[in-house]
Amino acid sequence: MTPEVITVTHGVVGYDGRPVLRDVSLTVTAGEVVAVLGANGSGKSTLIRAVLGLVPLSSGSVTLFGEPARRFRQWHRIGYVPQRLGAGSGVPATVGEVVASGRLARRGILRPPGRADRKAVTEALHAVGLADRAKDPVSTLSGGQQQRTLIARALAGKPELLVLDEPTAGVDAASQEAFAEALRGFTDGGGTVLLVAHELGPLQPLISRAIVVHQGLIAHDGAVPEPAGHHAAPDHDHVHPHCPEEPAGLWGTN
Amino acid sequence: MGHELTLFQYEYMQNALIGALVIGVAAPALGIYLVQRRLALIGDGIGHVALTGVGAGLLFGTSPVIMAVIAAVIGAVAIELIRERGRTSGDLALALLFYGGIAGGVVLVGLSDSTSANLNAYLFGALTTTSRSDLVTIAVLGVAVLITMIALRPALFAVCQDEEYARVSGLPVRALNLLLAVTTAITVTIAMRAVGVLLISALMVVPVATAQQVTRGFRATMTAAMTLGLFAAGAGIWVAAVADTAPGASVVVLAIASFVVITLFAAGWRRIRRTRPEPLPAPEPPEVVLHRS
Repeated sequence: MTPEVITVTHGVVGYDGRPVLRDVSLTVTAGEVVAVLGANGSGKSTLIRAVLGLVPLSSGSVTLFGEPARRFRQWHRIGYVPQRLGAGSGVPATVGEVVASGRLARRGILRPPGRADRKAVTEALHAVGLADRAKDPVSTLSGGQQQRTLIARALAGKPELLVLDEPTAGVDAASQEAFAEALRGFTDGGGTVLLVAHELGPLQPLISRAIVVHQGLIAHDGAVPEPAGHHAAPDHDHVHPHCPEEPAGLWGTN
Repeated sequence: MGHELTLFQYEYMQNALIGALVIGVAAPALGIYLVQRRLALIGDGIGHVALTGVGAGLLFGTSPVIMAVIAAVIGAVAIELIRERGRTSGDLALALLFYGGIAGGVVLVGLSDSTSANLNAYLFGALTTTSRSDLVTIAVLGVAVLITMIALRPALFAVCQDEEYARVSGLPVRALNLLLAVTTAITVTIAMRAVGVLLISALMVVPVATAQQVTRGFRATMTAAMTLGLFAAGAGIWVAAVADTAPGASVVVLAIASFVVITLFAAGWRRIRRTRPEPLPAPEPPEVVLHRS
């Protein structure tokens, strides 16, 4: 039996008494690539934030790698990719410096970075196709490149589980492809993925299971469902400029 | 020319110079983290609270500096706990501490027998009255702050840049935040001797603001800010000796002057470089249907 990486049992989360997740149970086993889908405000982001302990459960429990979340300390096994680069401020930081933060979970706060750390940072930057931008300030990167910086930061810690919050929202085509490529490399190496998405786009072929959160409950758990609403309407065709089936368009990919 | 050289033979000028240099390099090393998390003015708030400690020290006849450290640490930890808890009331809480601190300080100083000159020494700094024992305190605490800020740079950078990510990395986020609060309080108290309560944030923030006009990375910004702080402190004391101006204010005036000069220089440099523009980042997809086949 494959080991359970994430288990949520009857998880309930509320903000100011207003329930966001009402009764959610979920298991992710090693090697799975699970997409959490749902409309805005459905509670899908809250679900992964609860898994990571960033929002407290008002009842129920979370287990990470077989250990109750409260006692879990092996954070180097988890790589977290937030929705966007922290608001930050005027203080510049290079891409390499941001990615190097990903090594802290392994190294601890007191030990200075060594050769293994530098090597992992370089590899992670290669994996997302940003090796040539290591010395550039992150503020000069496009939104998609910043998102790739964040996945590189998570990959640099060599985690077993990646948790991603809307990784492809508002990301340019080249970055979506690079992103899918990096994720494929991670799952080929046996990694487990839990990601929140509004639309899957080029990530779809990687997904092994989809969970749909609706009004704080899990409405679907299984194969990736057909899109509904305006996404499924006959006159709605997504234009994915990187997709080879599309005729040459504005972006002229073929 | 010989005038200022003679002046630096006096012990009080040497003390002033050494004290200013230590603070000049330590304050921006801490200030960069405060700027990064948009708490640039926190030093001012804590300085105001420290003033209450000074007042209490003068009133009860205990060491004002030690009382200031205690008050500042309590104030800094309180601010940090408020910041951690509520997101909305943070700036109001800061305002309360600001005004409560300074009003409490003025009332307590007034109750004690000290003169207004005594209060002025803390409001605007009194580097030239720094004694050898004061200097030892400044040097030890300043170097301790400096070493902490440099040794913990990766962790503090991570916490200040993205607190949630730092938490998921298993970093002791709360301990690091409290450490930052306490070192801020200590820096404020020692800087109070140099530039005074009213100018403390300038030493923490202005060199960082100057450095980031021309730097590309965090580490480079930190190094440049520490160098600029050191320069402003040294040159400020020299100017004060030559022109007989207030040392603390001279240091801050020089720090701000270098900000103006470097900002103008950087703007000019960018204008020159604009003749060969950098390629813009790739455009985002429009997320709408633009064409149909």
